[in-house]
Amino acid sequence: MPWPPAITDIEQLKDRPEVALLLASDTVAVEAVKFDRDELTIWVERTGLRDACRVLKGSELRYDALMDVTCVDWYPNDPRFEVVYHLFSTTTKKRVRLKVKLAGFDTSVDSLVPLWAGANFFEREVFDLFGIRFDGHPNLKRIMMPEGWEGHPLRKDYPVEGYR
Amino acid sequence: MAEMLARPPVLDSTEDRTMLINMGPQHPSTHGVLRLMLEIDGETIVRIMPDIGYLHTGIEKTCEAKFYQQVVPMTDRIDYLCPMTNNLAYCLAVEKLLGLEIPPRAQWIRVMLNELTRINSHLVWLGSHAMDIGAMTVFLYCFREREDILRLFEAVSGQRMMTSYFRIGGLALEPPLGFFDRVKKFNDRFPADIDEYEGLLTGNPIFINRLKGVGQISAEDALALGATGPTLRASGIDVDLRRDNPYSGYENFKFNVPVLKDGDVWARYLVRVQELRESQKIVVQALEGLPEGRIKAEAPKVVLPDREKMKTEMEALIYHFKIVTEGFTVPEGEVYMPVESPRGEMGYYVVSDGTAKPYRVHMRSPSFANLQTLPKMCEGRLIADVVAAIGSIDIVLGDVDR
Repeated sequence: MPWPPAITDIEQLKDRPEVALLLASDTVAVEAVKFDRDELTIWVERTGLRDACRVLKGSELRYDALMDVTCVDWYPNDPRFEVVYHLFSTTTKKRVRLKVKLAGFDTSVDSLVPLWAGANFFEREVFDLFGIRFDGHPNLKRIMMPEGWEGHPLRKDYPVEGYR
Repeated sequence: MAEMLARPPVLDSTEDRTMLINMGPQHPSTHGVLRLMLEIDGETIVRIMPDIGYLHTGIEKTCEAKFYQQVVPMTDRIDYLCPMTNNLAYCLAVEKLLGLEIPPRAQWIRVMLNELTRINSHLVWLGSHAMDIGAMTVFLYCFREREDILRLFEAVSGQRMMTSYFRIGGLALEPPLGFFDRVKKFNDRFPADIDEYEGLLTGNPIFINRLKGVGQISAEDALALGATGPTLRASGIDVDLRRDNPYSGYENFKFNVPVLKDGDVWARYLVRVQELRESQKIVVQALEGLPEGRIKAEAPKVVLPDREKMKTEMEALIYHFKIVTEGFTVPEGEVYMPVESPRGEMGYYVVSDGTAKPYRVHMRSPSFANLQTLPKMCEGRLIADVVAAIGSIDIVLGDVDR
């Protein structure tokens, strides 16, 4: 059974509680939304990311678990990076995906460690493999690659094999 | 100047109390290559700094260079104690991207094998955890039953550990003749085996005293640190994705989710042992209600045709050739597919750009997040408790490092 086409119109999705909450907040700027394959994605302005998470965590929706932080490199498109956050609620068992777009020349975004201590390893991994900087992270250093490694292996301009 | 070099400054004795020691990377109780830097004050741990990445093989990068169907064998290597769960999570993610409907028979066999995998993984955990604590016998008993499960896997997939048995759109092959009888035979005697382990451990005062109150973590801390699976459930948070976000037909099965409040090593032990029993019940239900029918989805452009058809029908031959040489294209989009692995939430985030190769495959591995709870469990306690705590969060280093 093929999926219905993705809904990207913010007017159609503004009644969903997650979107409504973020639209109502005055520190969070919602850039775009998408509902595709039963999964809701919200793009937020990078300055409002921490507030967006705080709103979702503190509201009655109770998105109390940060399940995953990762990144997608859309090289050579611009903005190049999308940092992806998956939130989960242990009470309602629902999920939402937040995304932040970052330009290739200015790859920094607020760290979520003040909200979830568990963001620590995930953000270090994204820093290591993509070179995204997380402002306010307590210990932002390489985690997978050896110290002193050059480059960020999961970037698309990094070769899969051969010499660097 | 020379005088200063000759006479090093006298350190205040209170600042000089701690010592930094390495545990690992080669240490039998770290279950792989995990290096822990322990800052200790006498026997008490002040700080733990895990150092990981020794097994980092860049699987996520490799996946981007392979066809969708070629990624399946990569997923086995991530968590080598539960290959079927990883296969399932990846296949479900791609199937969700494609919008494929999987026939019920394939779904039920997937559930059955997944629960056998959970039993397998928990047996390795139980044996090695008990051995870390000092109960040697349990290890031998657990590996005896694990051997039976590995033989079942070998019968069904030809491989004991790196099974790669699930395919996008169904299963590789129909299970061999007599396979379900063998599963039933194993399953019938397995509850007695669990009783045997519990007889050795659950009532054993040495074991209880060693584990009770050790490595405690509160529900808030466990949740904030990203713990999932038995580690989270032993702290009192009732989340099990098989029940809460059912996938692959889990909504048709009845089982309990063991939840305990204490959050110590003992609670995690009890949760996992009860999960063994629940998994056994699910296998019984899967065997009893196994539907008849196909084991592959009706999608000629994605699923390889049957061997016989491929040799006799032109159409099937063309599809076979195209899938093998060019792969199949997947519509643009992204999917995050979480499944309940023996260690917690195993999530596959797959991004497609409309070609035959995935644009990005990211694995949210449960061990990676669960490892972050270790400092919280151990700081302020004794060095010997680290061994018990590592065993109780059941990390697999392949899963941590990917």
